[in-house]
Amino acid sequence: MNLGKKIGLEMGPPTRNAFGEALAELGKTNANLVVVDGDVANSTRTEYFGDEYPTRFFNLGIAESNLVGVASGLAASGKEVVAASFAAFLLGNAYDQIRMGIAYPQANVKLVGSHSGISIGEDGPSQMGIEDIALATSLPHFTVIVPADAPSTEAATKALFSFDGPAYLRTGRPKAPVVYPNGLEFEVGKANQLRDGRHATIIACGLMVAAALEAAHTLSEDGLEVCVLDMHTIKPLDQTAVIRAAQQTGAIVTAEEHLLDGGLGTAVAACVVQYHPVPMRFVGIRNRYAESGDPASLLKKYGLMPENIVQAVREAIEHKENNGDGELIIEFSNGEKEAE
Amino acid sequence: MNQQEVKDLRLPSSRTVAELEDTAYRLSRNILQMTTEAGSGHPSSSLSAIDVMTALYFGGILRYDPNQPEWPGRDRFILSKGHAAPALYAVLAEAGYFDPELLLTLREFGSPLEGHPNMRAQPGVEASTGSLGQGLSIGLGHALAAQVDNMAYRVYVLIGDGEADEGQIWEAALGAAKYQTGNLTAVLDYNKYQQTGAVNDVMPSLEPVADKWEAFGWDVREMDGHNMAEVLAALQDVRRVTDQPQIIIAHTLKGRGLSPFEGDAVNRKHGEPLDEAELATALAELDDQHATTVATALPDPDYTAEDLHGEI
Repeated sequence: MNLGKKIGLEMGPPTRNAFGEALAELGKTNANLVVVDGDVANSTRTEYFGDEYPTRFFNLGIAESNLVGVASGLAASGKEVVAASFAAFLLGNAYDQIRMGIAYPQANVKLVGSHSGISIGEDGPSQMGIEDIALATSLPHFTVIVPADAPSTEAATKALFSFDGPAYLRTGRPKAPVVYPNGLEFEVGKANQLRDGRHATIIACGLMVAAALEAAHTLSEDGLEVCVLDMHTIKPLDQTAVIRAAQQTGAIVTAEEHLLDGGLGTAVAACVVQYHPVPMRFVGIRNRYAESGDPASLLKKYGLMPENIVQAVREAIEHKENNGDGELIIEFSNGEKEAE
Repeated sequence: MNQQEVKDLRLPSSRTVAELEDTAYRLSRNILQMTTEAGSGHPSSSLSAIDVMTALYFGGILRYDPNQPEWPGRDRFILSKGHAAPALYAVLAEAGYFDPELLLTLREFGSPLEGHPNMRAQPGVEASTGSLGQGLSIGLGHALAAQVDNMAYRVYVLIGDGEADEGQIWEAALGAAKYQTGNLTAVLDYNKYQQTGAVNDVMPSLEPVADKWEAFGWDVREMDGHNMAEVLAALQDVRRVTDQPQIIIAHTLKGRGLSPFEGDAVNRKHGEPLDEAELATALAELDDQHATTVATALPDPDYTAEDLHGEI
């Protein structure tokens, strides 16, 4: 996987590693922090914390429902809690426990799901968290953060306890290109503009931020200047940034390593259609499960490459310029297209 | 816990067995009246648990302070079978968390006494429950927090027999045994019925239930969940176990033996209150039960206050 190589982005550590290191650092300054993990600490990287602070670390076995219930009880007795497992298992297996024990009572528990998206590769769809953003954003009171690279994951992890209440932080397995090489401003709920442009805006999260930057570079070579927003917080959405993008550039493309249903694109579209409707296109996984394989082949087959974003931007701009009078292509989620 | 906290520690005055029986009788009346008034709710599931909960709150078992519901040193009681909320509300009102008049607002729009317990709506409610199988895990979280913080509080979780169908109960059982949470006590309200039928028909494989818990590494004992002397003795005795989670299997009657909940009505009345005529019958039977109850003497205790409350 060489996302961003073309534009000179360096490959950095996986976001899960950055999370693990930041968590261990937090353990130093926050004696009230406890961590629970579902026997995948060497994958989620909570082991860095567990090794340093064994009395504040609980490996509860492969039992996500209980894991989340325990996290809820720890928080109710005043602890600040991180509960970690694979994104797919944490949100999928324990959704009702999250609903009852964390969202409903607004518990101060931060869920961290690793191995998100299809870029985990060879382990295949059973291990791929591609519904997790939809599940987490569906829950009242939740903050949902999808950082792009290691530096922003470190910043996001440290920001988790800057606010009280439930949150979900999404991390990934493979090495991630670094888009914030020189430190960054990271504020929960506030998008970062990484590139300026007037023809369209790409709003991306996670690994797709690097892909978006590469796509913007390609479009620039063709004379199209597009704005790139890192929408690291999906909920609460930075609506101001979205509306400004719609007003100033008139076309929006979203890009995410997640199903198109209920993810970043859905959240952005809900904002755009309500406050400033403009043409939109969506890059993401389209109503299907992926398969085993190397990450690069998977990203290509499932349409998550910079060229997919380039194509989507061109379509959105074309639609904008046609002002809705041109041929309207309706593309259904099963991939079939219909011309009206 | 520091010395000042120990001095401030409030143990609600414990009542005698005869007084506890009287309390349970009055709270049973409240359960019947508030659910009939509300027009919905689960009176029979509440009645099977009321004697155990009365002993916990008024028998000198739980340490709590209704004026400081969030007091960090308090013992926790978690009603995992949340549909028995009327029993919890009856007990909390009796304990002084709110005016008993409020009981008649059960399930009404705007009342903190929601259909199932909401910890954010009513102080004294320790967990939001109603989706079954989850309270034991939450209790384990509290128990582990006590270990981390070196606190002496204990955690009690009441679970239902039908609820034990949930896999999460057994996940929590494994977890508690791993961490040897001697400060965690579960009580199984074994009233032998779940929503659509007898436990023995719906999930006969729950038995041998005592053996299952023992195999999971828990201290196990059984009691008649409506014999107040037995209930109190078990709740006192179980606190001597310090290196194992404990479960008390309380053999109970869904509806506490009142005829409107007996026979075919056991299941029809699972999620349904009594109508006015049935209520009158049930209240009259409760009066008779109460009049004929003879308090049983407590066995002589052979343990110290420290055994009961841990090192404080």
